[in-house]
Amino acid sequence: MAKVHFTDFEGATQVIEANTGDSIMETAVRNGLEGILGECGGSLSCATCHVFVAPQDLETLEPMEEMEDEMLYGTAMDREENSRLSCQIKMCEGQELHVTTPETQV
Amino acid sequence: MSAQILSPSLAGAEASATGTATGLLIIGASQSGVQLAISLRALGYTEHITLLGDEDHRPYQRPALSKEFLQDKVGSESLIFRSNEYWIEHNITLVKGERIESLDAQPDGSGTAMGRSGNSYRYTRLALTVGARPRLFEAPGNDLHGVVYLRNADDALKLKALAPGATDVVVIGGGFIGLEAASSLQAMGKKVTVIEYGPRLVGRAVGEETSEYFLAQHTARGLDIRIGGRIEKIIDDGQGAVRSVRLESGEEIPAQVVLIGIGVIPNTQLGEKLGLKIDNGIVVDKHAIASDGHTIVVGDVANMPNPVPGAPADERIRLESVNNAVEHAKVAAYSLMGQREAYAGIPWFWSNQANMKLQIAGLSMGFDATVKRELPEKGKFTVLYYRGGQIIAADCVNAPLDFMAVKQALAAGKNIDPYAASNPATLLKTLIA
Ligand SMILES: Cc1cc2nc3c(=O)[nH]c(=O)nc-3n(C[C@H](O)[C@H](O)[C@H](O)COP(=O)(O)OP(=O)(O)OC[C@H]3O[C@@H](n4cnc5c(N)ncnc54)[C@H](O)[C@@H]3O)c2cc1C
Ligand code: FES
Repeated sequence: MAKVHFTDFEGATQVIEANTGDSIMETAVRNGLEGILGECGGSLSCATCHVFVAPQDLETLEPMEEMEDEMLYGTAMDREENSRLSCQIKMCEGQELHVTTPETQV
Repeated sequence: MSAQILSPSLAGAEASATGTATGLLIIGASQSGVQLAISLRALGYTEHITLLGDEDHRPYQRPALSKEFLQDKVGSESLIFRSNEYWIEHNITLVKGERIESLDAQPDGSGTAMGRSGNSYRYTRLALTVGARPRLFEAPGNDLHGVVYLRNADDALKLKALAPGATDVVVIGGGFIGLEAASSLQAMGKKVTVIEYGPRLVGRAVGEETSEYFLAQHTARGLDIRIGGRIEKIIDDGQGAVRSVRLESGEEIPAQVVLIGIGVIPNTQLGEKLGLKIDNGIVVDKHAIASDGHTIVVGDVANMPNPVPGAPADERIRLESVNNAVEHAKVAAYSLMGQREAYAGIPWFWSNQANMKLQIAGLSMGFDATVKRELPEKGKFTVLYYRGGQIIAADCVNAPLDFMAVKQALAAGKNIDPYAASNPATLLKTLIA
């Protein structure tokens, strides 16, 4: 098991348990969390799973691939230093991550 | 009214005798039906919703069936749309494995749906999100063991079960599904031949330059592609299974699995029974309402006014994509709330084949000029489509920046200068004007 803390753009936080190996996007969508759409199901085609990762968590993640980096230029809310596409972040056993969701994904 | 004065057990008995009553019955529990239910709850719809489908699975996403799921890169659990708790918490009853065979509709849009199981379902409003089914391949041998289609999870499971026993696969149809599955099967170590009847690959959805690009790339990667191929029959191994595919030329291509992907047919059967207007799908207005003025129809089965802003008012289209199912369902949800939102947006689509990630923005039909942008060393390839000097669509392979820029330009009703765009090193984003 792992845990993701989702904070929405207004500051409300919700903690959701994640299965090891699931992405943050999958964890959010399956539980009906508003704020992440994941229209393409995680195939890195839609950029509707944009999140801002808490700075202390960011450095613990694998660096992103070029495709994700390029896709991030097309998100609905402009990317920032700590932007990631959450379908590309897979949870490890025991991991706890904190992300903020943008006001809109489309 | 009477239900309130009955004891719970009697109320239950009444429900089963006359059919379970629901506020909205959604027939078809896939991309469109799921999105409709979710969007309705997001808008504050309070009636009970029944989301009913004939498949024996929890509602799941189809795109990976020909891609990651086929290759065992993702498990079945990651295809599921929502957890069971979600449906329960949102007062949405899921009915799986039930096929609706007939409908008894009232003039006010309410009615009763009769299922194959013998159960019936009373509803106040009805939504048809019944999608499409694979077009059958008419040739001798099409019923042999080893012949498969790829529309739903059962098809994919069947193909996955057959794959280990096959060294050679013939894919009939060089459209998106055929090429995606062919790429996946090739990655799984199969020798794959693709037979396309038409003059080029994916002829329905992309222009000639993109077709040529895919042909060259796939051929270079070892797919054997036969453009204009004519199949005479699928040949039996003597025990009811596939041995090979014979072309009209007399050539025989060995195969233990034959995958057919020659397009789909919209499921208009229930619409016909309701007397709805049918024309390449069930005809709806821009609010996703059918010709009876009540029935909501969404997704692959709907023939709707072209949603692209500025498209000719009488132009109609039926789209088969996740993006369309999702956006169309949102519009339908407003209609059910008694509000009227017109379906307007820039359609987009994706397809992953081997190392090629194709993203399409807009609709290229009616284009009169194209601009090609290519960076071969990075595997990037883009075709921009113009009509009367205005950009209308783009096919982008491994080029998300191009895709995003075109999508953005189209959504804002802006243009991208074709001359400047022909330099592949120039960022399209800087040319939006
Ligand atoms: C293998 C595959 C790969 C794809 N890849 C992509 C992709 O990469 N990108 C993309 O954008 N799109 C892709 N698509 C297309 C996308 O999945 C469809 O556009 C989408 O599923 C349409 O959703 P829908 O709900 O309208 O119809 P469907 O998904 O067809 O769902 C209709 C449902 O209704 C059920 N049903 C029909 N009649 C009845 C009845 N009488 N009673 C009960 N149930 C009934 C059907 O069994 C089905 O479950 C792909 C499709 C397939 C098959
Ligand atoms: S879910 Fe589509 S890019 Fe992440």
